[in-house]
Amino acid sequence: MKEKLLEIKDEYLSFFTPAGEVKALNGVSFSMEEGEVLGIVGESGSGKSVTAYSLMGLTAYPGKLVSGTIRFNGHQVETMTEKEFRKMRGNEVSIIFQDPMTSLNPVYTIGNQIREVILLHTDKTKKEAQERAKELLELVGINEPEKRLKQYPHELSGGMRQRVMIAIALACEPKLLIADEPTTALDVTIQAQILELMQELREKLGMSIIMITHDLGVVASMCEKIAVMYAGHIIEYGTADEIFYSPKHEYTKGLIRSIPKLDTEEDERLVPIEGQPVDLLNPPKGCPFAPRCASCMKICLDQMPPKTELSDTHYSHCWLLQKDQFEEGGRGL
Amino acid sequence: MCGGVVHDTNSKRKHREDGSELKKYIIKRLALGIASIFVVATLTFFLMNLVPGGPFVAEKSISKAAQEALEAKYGLDKPLLERYTTYMSDFVKGDMGFSLRQRGRTVSDIIFSKFPVSAGLAGIAVVLALLLGIPLGCISAYNRGKFADNFIIVLATCGIAIPSFISSVLLLYTFGSRLNILPTVGLNTLSSYIMPVTALAIYPTAYITRLMRSSLLDVMGQDYIRTSKAKGVSSFKTLFKHALRNAILPVVTYVGPMLAGLMTGSFVVEKIFTIPGLGREFVSSITNRDYTMIMGTTIVLATLIITANVIVDILYKIIDPRIKLK
Amino acid sequence: MSNKFPSLQLKEEDFLPASAEEKQSLVIMRKSVNFWADGMRRLRKNKIAIVSLFFIIMIIIFAYVLPSFWPYSYEQQIKYSENLAPFEYGRMEQELIDAGESVFPHICGTDKLGRDFAVRLMMGTRISLSVGLVCAALVLLVGATYGAIAGFAGGWTDNIMMRITDILYTIPDILLIIILSMALKPALESLAARPGFGWMQKMGPNLIAIFLVFVLLYWVGMARITRSQVLILKESEYVTAARALGASGGRIVKKHLLTNCIGTLIVTTTLQIPSAIFTESYLSFLGLGVAAPMPSLGSLATDAVKGMNTYPHLLILPAVMISVIILVFNLFGDGLRDAFDPKLKN
Repeated sequence: MKEKLLEIKDEYLSFFTPAGEVKALNGVSFSMEEGEVLGIVGESGSGKSVTAYSLMGLTAYPGKLVSGTIRFNGHQVETMTEKEFRKMRGNEVSIIFQDPMTSLNPVYTIGNQIREVILLHTDKTKKEAQERAKELLELVGINEPEKRLKQYPHELSGGMRQRVMIAIALACEPKLLIADEPTTALDVTIQAQILELMQELREKLGMSIIMITHDLGVVASMCEKIAVMYAGHIIEYGTADEIFYSPKHEYTKGLIRSIPKLDTEEDERLVPIEGQPVDLLNPPKGCPFAPRCASCMKICLDQMPPKTELSDTHYSHCWLLQKDQFEEGGRGL
Repeated sequence: MCGGVVHDTNSKRKHREDGSELKKYIIKRLALGIASIFVVATLTFFLMNLVPGGPFVAEKSISKAAQEALEAKYGLDKPLLERYTTYMSDFVKGDMGFSLRQRGRTVSDIIFSKFPVSAGLAGIAVVLALLLGIPLGCISAYNRGKFADNFIIVLATCGIAIPSFISSVLLLYTFGSRLNILPTVGLNTLSSYIMPVTALAIYPTAYITRLMRSSLLDVMGQDYIRTSKAKGVSSFKTLFKHALRNAILPVVTYVGPMLAGLMTGSFVVEKIFTIPGLGREFVSSITNRDYTMIMGTTIVLATLIITANVIVDILYKIIDPRIKLK
Repeated sequence: MSNKFPSLQLKEEDFLPASAEEKQSLVIMRKSVNFWADGMRRLRKNKIAIVSLFFIIMIIIFAYVLPSFWPYSYEQQIKYSENLAPFEYGRMEQELIDAGESVFPHICGTDKLGRDFAVRLMMGTRISLSVGLVCAALVLLVGATYGAIAGFAGGWTDNIMMRITDILYTIPDILLIIILSMALKPALESLAARPGFGWMQKMGPNLIAIFLVFVLLYWVGMARITRSQVLILKESEYVTAARALGASGGRIVKKHLLTNCIGTLIVTTTLQIPSAIFTESYLSFLGLGVAAPMPSLGSLATDAVKGMNTYPHLLILPAVMISVIILVFNLFGDGLRDAFDPKLKN
């Protein structure tokens, strides 16, 4: 069997801050094949970004990988040195961030910033890099590329800047592209354009994408598999169909319920999820979602629910699912 | 085609406005500078004349008749407004009148003979402050939290707390009197520059160190630094290429106030080390109530500082590509 | 997968729904988001700021409390005890000691008029500190009012007011301070001679000139800061109006911004104090400071320069004192700013 592109097993990661140990990731496990598109969904603090950063080694001090393994593209990531990370970043795996306005250096031209990543990871000359940069700009749909290369970030609109970020990310043809909330800071119409662009590029270049977002709408159009995270745990995982049409975890159900739909009646209320997010400095010992869950049981407050496999591709961590099996006499899987 | 070709009409418009925005700013800034110089001149003039009796009242050795003759000679018997307009029109032509205490010498003579001395001292101090302050600030920011950083911060904080006249005096006492290794008067030998320049440069060096450090730390927390790391750029190169260029901008804006501060410092330093510069001249003309000297020196010094500030402000706008569009 | 339940010992009751109270007990409330409580907590953690505060308190005690308990007064001239080194005794004092009486030692020696230097140092600190505090308070009053008016008024009023401050801001202040001091002195002296203004005589027209001058030149900075804070407050109203979330979000934002604004003003005022002390001692050095016999640290230092070689302690003590005061207030002001300016912390 072909080796998976990415395999994360039981990752525990914490940030050791002056205020205490912030337990950002608490036993995250998942894998990806080549060419797959995975969506990681969750609210702020759920650990979705941290998961991706950890595989690029961007969670150094005060972050520390407490335990677990990460295997990416043949590398054993948790043992890599900074030097090895540098070779990998921008090269085998790239990331685009949320705010294109602040993610580009304001005092250097677009051309300079694209050339930088090319010159860093390939043997191209400056001239060749310039050519490649021009190609990339055309690839991401920016007109007048020669002119753009000489411009500064503030001279471009938000949508164009994000395209430039994508160009930089794709420059060295990475196996994996991580998109951390790529459209959150953009207008709705531009959002659609950027997502469409990413879809096209993925088909053209055959790369894998991890799409990190809190917006289920973004995930629905693009992702084959979805991981729903809460307080540093993956509480549900499945294909897009499974997650949207048969969500099993109360949190996932809540997320889907709270999406306003076009055909919602005028007097129908939007259904938010009650309660406050978890304090990661002092996470509770049971299911992290328990205090906010309408169907919370006594056991939920006490112990973390184990994994319940619902199909080959679909699983969730919830005592409610375990309850059925317990009542059937603990028949197991 | 990928995602459709996007035409950025906005940026085209912005580009065209670039040059004219800068021009508008330059004109505004110049106008402000000239207005300020004018205000200084006017304020100084009227304040000088606030002192009752005029400059010759205190002189015990002259008779009333002689006093009246002197006043007539210097035009002090004419009404205030007339004196004002005369003075201003003369000033613009470069005529600042005669010194009231140093008989026979014109104010402009005195000023321009003393100026190079002060300028030289200040110039050396500026270079020293920049050459020391910027690297120290970088080292401090790069080693944040470690010993090097803490050590430098402590030094820099003490540096800005000690007023220049205190440091001058302490230096004079320690190296001049006690240890007797450095000359204490005048600027005759190369080594006689050491103490005055040090006294002048302590505050700006410390300030620049702190400024550089906080600016660099600020910049290092920016998103584009994270992007740089995500591309695989080394920490070292990230610091020097990406961070420094951005972080040095506040230091450029400091140059203006730094010159003003050096002027302040020069009054004291030149007095303590007996250096024949413009600062010392200014202070003694105050003590002597040499009004024409006071007027002339004040306006010249103010003009210098204001001009320097205008130049620095305009330069800054040119350097920072973002600001062009404001 | 193997049996998941071996050690869990689940019972049927475990699967009963949990009550609201049970859920509540596990919701660990984040520490209160009260601005002041947050800030004070951060401040207390800042060791440098706490040490500086300690020194400030010590200095205040030294300047305001200790002189009342000191056996010497700052004006008291003891004959034959001129220019004593620290712990030295003058001729007459020595005679008293030989006669069996105890004479309180001159810890810092005496000056050229036989005045105990320690108490003069204390009084000097008192004057310098008072000058600093009064100046800072006046600057806050004048500057904040001006800035607030400009900010709230907006439009042409704001524009004109700000043009004026722009011009004043570009003028090199030291020049005008010096000239103002010089010019105001005789004017105030003649004013002090008039009936009803006798109190001015005691303080010294110079001192009043310093107050006036300092305020006249430094209010601009305070005005600008206040105005920008007011503008931020004004903008927040539009922001909350545009929000579709409702009133609760807006109220918290406004309250937070208002307290933030006050916080900024407090920090700025605190940092004005060392600046004022510096200016006063600088002016004293040039001969434009407070009038004799009232000592300020600056004038004490100035007087001591001439005799520096023979009586170094007369110079070094006030010089070090000035530096320490400025340092300590700066550090504390920095600490305040770090604690109360949320932008600077993560």
